[in-house]
Amino acid sequence: MSDTQIAREVDRSHMQVSDEIAIQITSMNKWFGSFHVLRDINLTVMRGERIVVCGPSGSGKSTLIRCINRLEEHQSGRIIVDGTELTSDLKNIDKVRSEVGMVFQHFNLFPHLTILENLTLAPIWVRKVPKREAEETAMYFLDKVKIPEQALKYPGQLSGGQQQRVAIARSLCMKPRIMLFDEPTSALDPEMIKEVLDTMIGLAEEGMTMICVTHEMGFAQAVANRVIFMDQGQIVEQNEPYEFFNNPKSERTKLFLSQILGH
Amino acid sequence: MSDTHSETVAYVRETMLPQATPPASEVGAIKWLRENLFSGVLNTILTLVGIAAVVWLVQAALPWFLHGVWNANSLPECRQIIAETWGEGAHGACWAVIRERWNQFLFGFYPSDLYWRPVLALALFFAAVAPVLFTELPRKLLWGSAFYPAVAYILLWGGSLWVPISVMAGFGVGWLGLVAARRTNLPLLGPLAAVLLPLIWWLFLAGPVAGMLEDIIPLGVEEVRSDKFGGFVLSLTIGIAAIVLSLPLGIVLALGRRSDMLLVKALSVGFIEFIRGVPLITLLFTASLLLNYFLPPGTNFDIILRVIIMVTLFAAAYIAEVIRGGLAALPRGQYEAADSLGLDYWKAMQLIVLPQALKISIPGIVSTFIGLFKDTTLVIFVGLLDPLKGITDAVRAAIEWKGVYWEPFIFVGAIFFVFNFGMSRYSMYLENKLKRDHR
Ligand SMILES: Nc1ncnc2c1ncn2[C@@H]1O[C@H](COP(=O)(O)OP(=O)(O)OP(=O)(O)O)[C@@H](O)[C@H]1O
Ligand SMILES: [Mg+2]
Repeated sequence: MSDTQIAREVDRSHMQVSDEIAIQITSMNKWFGSFHVLRDINLTVMRGERIVVCGPSGSGKSTLIRCINRLEEHQSGRIIVDGTELTSDLKNIDKVRSEVGMVFQHFNLFPHLTILENLTLAPIWVRKVPKREAEETAMYFLDKVKIPEQALKYPGQLSGGQQQRVAIARSLCMKPRIMLFDEPTSALDPEMIKEVLDTMIGLAEEGMTMICVTHEMGFAQAVANRVIFMDQGQIVEQNEPYEFFNNPKSERTKLFLSQILGH
Repeated sequence: MSDTHSETVAYVRETMLPQATPPASEVGAIKWLRENLFSGVLNTILTLVGIAAVVWLVQAALPWFLHGVWNANSLPECRQIIAETWGEGAHGACWAVIRERWNQFLFGFYPSDLYWRPVLALALFFAAVAPVLFTELPRKLLWGSAFYPAVAYILLWGGSLWVPISVMAGFGVGWLGLVAARRTNLPLLGPLAAVLLPLIWWLFLAGPVAGMLEDIIPLGVEEVRSDKFGGFVLSLTIGIAAIVLSLPLGIVLALGRRSDMLLVKALSVGFIEFIRGVPLITLLFTASLLLNYFLPPGTNFDIILRVIIMVTLFAAAYIAEVIRGGLAALPRGQYEAADSLGLDYWKAMQLIVLPQALKISIPGIVSTFIGLFKDTTLVIFVGLLDPLKGITDAVRAAIEWKGVYWEPFIFVGAIFFVFNFGMSRYSMYLENKLKRDHR
């Protein structure tokens, strides 16, 4: 866990939590074989919320957010994303996936395509957007993540931080209503962490609904409106960031925070 | 004291040195020799042994090549000329056999006034694959490539034009079925119609329809039957058809083997393991003998077509395994990224997974193709005249060339080498071209 300084003032004027439900998870359980990874998860995310999920390694954070776009399948309980329930119905799954953007720890850009092709691929093939229009959108978002000049390069030619920003832009090109981040900065060097966090803050400022698995506390404090602590497949504690960090309630949370803050 | 001291520390260069050439031991041939051939005791010994081996080989073979005779009408005449020119006991190649019979090595017993047809078919083949092999060419050309099989068929076998047209129409039938099934909104009907309708068409309707059309409007070119095929016309026909067909089949099998659907997976694994476990010759015998029992009585299925099917199945099993290796080498993150963007299975495969997996598999795929092309000589076992043994034996059966041995093999081997080396170079070109994407 690190505490990268958030250099700039965060503009909170558009960060409004609406009373419309974006994601609703009720009594959800998941097993890997006989291993009970997620236990009775209940979580409601409103539109416009910025949620940071933290917890010790192996606590099920990744699995939880991967259930939200069905990269992992849950075995009981319900997950409703944007009004669509995730079941084995492939149509629903594809619908949810095209509404929910995901950013991975290891970027997962497509190495055989240029940056521009990485960005236009899903809009063209999933959304059936005309190529010209998809390219314009792609350039708009590349501009937004501040690397328009890299459009014609291949992912292998970019730095880690640049690749991760491309990955974020790639998700944004699908105009998602919800963004999921799974430790987007933990494969990066410190100076690159900042540029990626900056991009994410920008997104939050525009009112994007976000769920972020991250150990960047500076980020959590600057943008999150809720921090969720997970341990052994359960949500142990959730609170708004200031209270969470300064006044944790459960013993596990205290122990976890003391370990990561190095007190 | 202090003055001299300050002088040794502060220093300004007033004249720049010109660039000097490196010492002789560091440049050109001498450096190369030292580094590559004589860098150590063992290396030096190996170099000397190697040179000795090359010298010995050349000494043994060179006179034979140099004494070669091109103008003669029989082997005894060759021998006589060699003996007269180079003295009694001299050895020499009798290339005259090639000069006299080259057309049989290349065309088998194909009618000589129709040689232009297989030649044109081969030339058109290169034109048809160019847009597939070189992505710089306009994509529209691929439509031309799609019709190549029909054109090649009519050029090679001739006969009624309606036959290939009615066979190609099968694809149209499948497409119409797919479009019609889409209307009904039943999910599985589309693929089912796209597969079943063409099969029904080909098995029961294509023949009669072609016959009918031929009766109404006779349209055709001189027919050449399969038993006239031989030599490289035969090898290339089988080799190219099997190469072109086995790649898509291999891809489907590789995907099938990794499928979540149990039946699809079991069928793919069973097929691959069975085909790989059986020698090709067994499959060829099956093609020549057994296949007729399985087909509806009365269908006279061409032997070359049967062999093409068997060689295709054989190569496809190997290609499937090569591609499976490529699929396994792709990080899971690529699949997940594709999924998370909402691409369905087929689009993810087509756009993300296969381009990368195939790229990794290029060397293995090309090796399989080269092996396949050389294996076409095995058709001798089902009575077809392959260039290596079939034609060579036929040539040697003639009284004037009885006893000629090395020359046909060298000639045939050289032609195989040219084709295979070409494939190998293309694979290297492709690997290099695609490498830059990845770095
Ligand atoms: N595909 C899988 N099959 C079996 N077990 C798995 C699988 N994926 C994860 N697990 C297990 O599930 C548990 C939770 O994994 P998860 O990746 O969600 O943890 P995490 O909280 O994201 O940890 P980290 O901080 O290390 O990323 C771990 O014990 C892990 O070993
Ligand atoms: Mg994780």
